[in-house]
Amino acid sequence: MSSNALPGKQAARGRSREGAVYIRVKGLTYFYNRGGQSEQAALHGVDLDVYKGEFLALVGPNGSGKSTLARHFNALLTPFEGTVLVDGMDTRQGEYLWEIRQRVGMVFQNPDNQIVSSLVEEDVAFGAENLGLPPPEVRARVDEALVLTGLSEYRNHAPHLLSGGQKQRLAIAGVLAMRPDCLVLDEPSSMLDPSGRRELMDTLLRLNRSNGVTVVLVTHYMEEAAVADRVMVLCSGRSVLAGTPAEVFAEEQLLRNVGLELPVAAKIACRLRRRGFLVPDGILTIKDMVAYLCR
Amino acid sequence: MPVIKVENLTHVYSRGTPFEVTSLDSVSLEIQRGEFYALVGATGSGKSTLVQHFNGILAPTGGNVRVCGIDVANKGLRRELWHRVGLVFQQPEHQLFEETVFDDVAFGPRNLGLNNAEVRERVIDALRLVDLDPEEVGRTSPFRLSGGMRRKAAIAGVLALRPEVLVLDEPAAGLDPVSRRQLMERIDRLRGERGITVVLVTHNMEEVARWADRVAVLHKGRLAMEAPPREVFNKTEELRALGLDVPATVELMLRLQARGLPVRADLLTIDEAVVEIARILNMERNMEMRQPGV
Repeated sequence: MSSNALPGKQAARGRSREGAVYIRVKGLTYFYNRGGQSEQAALHGVDLDVYKGEFLALVGPNGSGKSTLARHFNALLTPFEGTVLVDGMDTRQGEYLWEIRQRVGMVFQNPDNQIVSSLVEEDVAFGAENLGLPPPEVRARVDEALVLTGLSEYRNHAPHLLSGGQKQRLAIAGVLAMRPDCLVLDEPSSMLDPSGRRELMDTLLRLNRSNGVTVVLVTHYMEEAAVADRVMVLCSGRSVLAGTPAEVFAEEQLLRNVGLELPVAAKIACRLRRRGFLVPDGILTIKDMVAYLCR
Repeated sequence: MPVIKVENLTHVYSRGTPFEVTSLDSVSLEIQRGEFYALVGATGSGKSTLVQHFNGILAPTGGNVRVCGIDVANKGLRRELWHRVGLVFQQPEHQLFEETVFDDVAFGPRNLGLNNAEVRERVIDALRLVDLDPEEVGRTSPFRLSGGMRRKAAIAGVLALRPEVLVLDEPAAGLDPVSRRQLMERIDRLRGERGITVVLVTHNMEEVARWADRVAVLHKGRLAMEAPPREVFNKTEELRALGLDVPATVELMLRLQARGLPVRADLLTIDEAVVEIARILNMERNMEMRQPGV
């Protein structure tokens, strides 16, 4: 099966989709410390297509290559073998570098490492200013990014006094001001408290569903993966499973073998089935479970 | 017998400067020997500041803290305090520095002045406790390990000191689900086998529900609640107002209640939730059977 026919693409939950491939990863192989004593292969021949407008979750145990793969999406890393094309542009060709970085923005795990200014609106403006845009344009984009991330009232605050969730939304706002097509987030919620994590997920879903931003989310939270359009599972640098959340989370044993688990609602559904109840497939979220039990 | 006794603890950062921030404000609590005590609160609520008093990294601005009978403000006893209280910081893997995992874990025991055989015994024991193979991983550079293994190696470094009190600040953040569960299982087993006291700082409500005897909720430097998890997670609205949440099982049950199903909501684990839902499904089944023609 070729990578552009990953199951679930067609079954994506009813939202309109152009179906165009935005990022095409073909046979991607990457080594750390190549040629050195401690050479380590991090990715082995990974194939993956990210479709325009989709919400893709990337999951896998520690050391599976998720972050390494994510860093290929905006040319922070480039392949040793295989290719990564961003909207048709080969990430290994230097002349596309700035165009790619502008279109695909990255947000990392630790919010404190991503702040560059002492004022929220200046921090948001940083990337857009570097594009050499005229000041009124920068201002318009900053306003827009602050609205999209719900930070307008904090524009004159000092970033270090924001909560963790607000800091991550600030990092997203800075990327949005560059008007990217695609946001790639590497475990953005793992240092956040529950309300920060909720704010962040709400923001990402809104950007994806209302504003058409393509989202690639690397996460250890299966609850977050459950609301994506598609989920890809990496293990030891290889893609072991991909599909809709319902398809992926139907593979309980495989997931367990690679160090992952089911979302809580799916776990409950699974155990009820073992007790002989005819619980339908595809229960992944608390909402699904409530809908089933109150049918 | 409380092993940690905090009385009216206040901590102010950058005192006397324009950046003065009161991080803890008159906090009092007691943690019993052998207890599994969880500490939760939104970002900036003062959790990390509080636990850094437990081994004297921070000294109180006001009030006092006694751990294992030692006043943490007493600088003369700090070395003894460090031996008895192990603190695992957030992202402890950033503190790995030796050439091999073995040497890294051995750093603490060597500083205790133990002989080579004793150091070796402690290192092997500590690595086994976190499921790292002393032979294979011990010889590796910590920088060649994956994130999760590095985290475990860093925790082994603290365990090798054989502390009476183990304080962990978000030990599982960023670990995959299975590593996360294994780490918590190890820590709890350690408590059972060696009688140590565990203080866990976490954002994960499922972990609190599953493991903690009691949980304290900090909010803006004050103690907002302190009770067994079942009681604390009964206060959904209050918790949400403090930037926290209830475990997914409680959330599910509350939503079922809202839709009129007669379920209990104070269920903390998946097993408990499954039993309760099975009870409801059986009830429905029996009712259907009693209605002829259905």
